[in-house]
Amino acid sequence: MPDYVTVWVNGTAMQLAPRSMVSAALLIAGIPCRKSETGEPRTALCGMGICFECRATVNGVQHRRTCQLTCRDGMIVETER
Amino acid sequence: MAAASAAAQHGRSVILLDDNPAAGGQIWRDGVQAPGHRIHDDESAARTQALQELDACGATLLFGYRVFDAGAPSTLYAVRETAADDEVLVLRYQKLILATGARERFLPFPGWTLPGVFGAGGLQALVKGGFPVHGKRIVVAGSGPLLLAVASHLQAYGAEIVCVAEQAHLSRLVPFAFALRSHPAKIRQGVRYRHTLRKTPYRTGCWPVSALADERTGMLRGIELSDGAKTWKQDCDLIACGFHLVPNTELASLLGCTLRDGFVEVDENQQTSISNIYCAGEPTGIAGLDAALLQGEIAGHSCAGHPGKALRTHNRAARIFAAQLQKAFQLRPELRSLAAPETIVCRCEDVPYRSLATRSSWTDAKLQTRCGMGPCQGRICGPATEMLFGWKMKSIRPPLFPVSVSAFCLSSAQQDLTQENA
Repeated sequence: MPDYVTVWVNGTAMQLAPRSMVSAALLIAGIPCRKSETGEPRTALCGMGICFECRATVNGVQHRRTCQLTCRDGMIVETER
Repeated sequence: MAAASAAAQHGRSVILLDDNPAAGGQIWRDGVQAPGHRIHDDESAARTQALQELDACGATLLFGYRVFDAGAPSTLYAVRETAADDEVLVLRYQKLILATGARERFLPFPGWTLPGVFGAGGLQALVKGGFPVHGKRIVVAGSGPLLLAVASHLQAYGAEIVCVAEQAHLSRLVPFAFALRSHPAKIRQGVRYRHTLRKTPYRTGCWPVSALADERTGMLRGIELSDGAKTWKQDCDLIACGFHLVPNTELASLLGCTLRDGFVEVDENQQTSISNIYCAGEPTGIAGLDAALLQGEIAGHSCAGHPGKALRTHNRAARIFAAQLQKAFQLRPELRSLAAPETIVCRCEDVPYRSLATRSSWTDAKLQTRCGMGPCQGRICGPATEMLFGWKMKSIRPPLFPVSVSAFCLSSAQQDLTQENA
C-alpha cells in the first residue's frame, strides 16, 4: 500500500494517510464543508453519515457525505464558499 | 455482522447491506490507526474474529449502500453514491434483519454549531477517518458510557483530554456501577479507561453551557461548563459532545414494525411485530456492543429457522443492562434551558430556538419553520426537540434519506437480486 493518497481540496493538493476519509482532508485543511442557510461555516458533526453537515462536492457530484467517503488518488473536492 | 454470520451458517443465502464503507459498524469502525497504538487485546481479538467469520460465512457483503425506500412488499431499495452518480439496488427478501444501530443525541447550546464542536462518537469516528488530534486540547462532554471510551481513544491518538464532563449526577452513577458487578467484562473495560485517563478529571453532574469563539478569528477557543452551582470557562481546541444515544428506528417504522417507547419491539427471538422482519442491537434498546452481537446472533439463527434457547438467558441480562443504562444516564431538566433564543436548533435549515418555542408540535414546527425538513430529515433536531419541547417525531416517509431524483425514479430499473435473506 502506498504511504499516502493525494486529493485536491479547492484546487490545492493534499496528501493523506491511506484509508483517510474526505472529511479528514477538510478538517486538516481547516476548511468548512459548507455554508449554512444563514451563512455560518459548518464542519462535520456526527462522523457517521447521519447529520449531512460534512457534505461537499466530490468529483463534480454535489452533496456527498464526506465522512463516509474514502479518499482516492486524484479525487477533486470542492466546498461551498 | 453477527446476524449475517449466524444465518449463513444454516446454509441460507445472505446479503449484508451496510451504509459504512467497511464492516464493523461504529464501535469497530475501521480506519487510520493511532501511531504505535494497539487496541486492547480482548476487543481487538473479538473484532478480528467477527470479521473473519463474516468473510468466511459466504454472505454477499455490500458496503456503502443505504436503504432509502421499502415500497413494494418484501422489497428494499438501496442507493450507493458512486463517483459519477447514484447506483440503485433493488433487493427482494424472504426474511429481513434490521441492525440499524444508533446515533448520538445532540442538544443545542450556544456555540454548538461552531467548527471545532463535534459529537463525541463523531470525533472518534472522524479521528479513525484520519483527522489527527495529536496535541489538541479536548473537552469531552455530554452523557453516557461512550464519553469515557471516546476520551480514552482520543488520548491514544495523542490528544490532551482536558476533562470529561458527564451530566448525570454521581448519585445515579454509583448504583449503576454497583449493578455492573454482573458484567465483569464491562467493569474491566471501565477500569481500563479510568486508568488510561487517570490524569484527566471526570466530573459528574457537569454539563456544557456554551461553546466560546475567539472574537477576532471566530475559531473555537473554549467551553463554558456548569455544575448547577457555578459556571466556569475552560480553554480547549476541540469539543466532543454527545448526550447518550438515540436508536435508528426510521427504517423499522417505514416497514410498519411496532415501536414501544421509541424502540423497536421484539420477542425473545428478536422477531418484530412483522413476522419476517427481525431487529437486533440498539434499535431494540441501547445496550452496547456485546448485546448487539448477541442479539444479532439470535436473530440470525431464528430467521434461519433455528431459534436457540442458550443465548436467551444472556439476552435477558443485556436487556436489564439497557434499562440500567437508561436510568443512570437520564438527562437532567437543566439541559432543556441551555439554548438561547437565537441558538440554532435545526442545523440543516438554521431554525433558531425562538422560532420553535411558540410552536405546538413537531408537525406544526415543520410546517411553519421548516425544522426537520433538511437533508438529515430531523435525525439531529428531532431528538433535541423531543427533549426541549416533548415533541414526538411523526410521519416517516420515503425516501428515508435524500437521494437524487434519478435514483428515486429509477429505483426499480437497476440491478435486481433475489435472495432469501438480506
